[in-house]
Amino acid sequence: MKIKVNGQMHELSHPSPTLALTAALAKLGFTNPALATAVNGLFVPRDARADVALVDGDQLEVLAPMQGG
Amino acid sequence: MQIYGTEITSPLLLGTAQYPSPTVLNAAIEASGTQIITVSLRRETATGSGAGFFDLLQQNDCHILPNTAGCHTAQEAITTARMAREMFETDWLKLEVIGHSDTLQPDVFGLVEAARVLAADGFKLFPYTTDDLVVGEKLIDAGCEVLMPWGAPIGSGQGLRNPDALLSMRAHFPNTALIVDAGIGRPSDAAQAMELGMDAVLLNTAVAKAGDPVGMARAMALAIKAGRAGFQAGPMERRDMAVPSTPILGLAELG
Repeated sequence: MKIKVNGQMHELSHPSPTLALTAALAKLGFTNPALATAVNGLFVPRDARADVALVDGDQLEVLAPMQGG
Repeated sequence: MQIYGTEITSPLLLGTAQYPSPTVLNAAIEASGTQIITVSLRRETATGSGAGFFDLLQQNDCHILPNTAGCHTAQEAITTARMAREMFETDWLKLEVIGHSDTLQPDVFGLVEAARVLAADGFKLFPYTTDDLVVGEKLIDAGCEVLMPWGAPIGSGQGLRNPDALLSMRAHFPNTALIVDAGIGRPSDAAQAMELGMDAVLLNTAVAKAGDPVGMARAMALAIKAGRAGFQAGPMERRDMAVPSTPILGLAELG
């Protein structure tokens, strides 16, 4: 499965055509708990990640706290 | 000043970006006396770039004001706002929808559109806007209790480009918290904003990029306090011509 993660294409080996967002984050190595996620431009709350199934071509954004003005 | 039911005593809001080090940032926060600091969200890296900053935020007692900096559409800002609310566990939001990449001028149409959606979703908004009264009215109609007009383009340090417009805002929105956001370069700019009757000033670059950020944070706090006191004391009217301050009556004839 190919998905775009923070603007870069990633190939995730996975037997079925869908992959839960929680599983994708683990596969991609995002272990920091202070993360916020969006799929295809829409916010996915933390407790909804297990119910969101990624498919080929999805765009995932994984954001972290950062300094800002 | 009351902001969404919270009493805020420091009229200085401080951004957290561009400091030479986290230690200097922490010291500047303390020296400024601020109670509200702005933060952001950016793409996480493989090394977990956000974790250290998140820990730093936990160490101080300031209210966190997440921004939607860099968003160019209402939809981007709405999604970012929701991500920020979960991340920082606050419904306060500095709403930015940028309309022009050179001036970083707010896209006031996208701003009002996003404000309507987010206010209905329970957000307490601090919209970064222009000094346009019509836009201000629409933002208040959308549910904003705070307006943050720009003083000059973000990061420019040019000071207040249009003080008359800020005076008009003060007169037109007597019961809305007005916070000058963007463009302040020097303590005198911050003092001027407060003399015009603004409720607070939001600063970042002017402090972070000063030769001594901690010293500048202190200077800004003093200037803001002085400007506020000056506004409350009621400055004299300007005059076109000189008027002697020493009495004429009793002047000796010596020539």
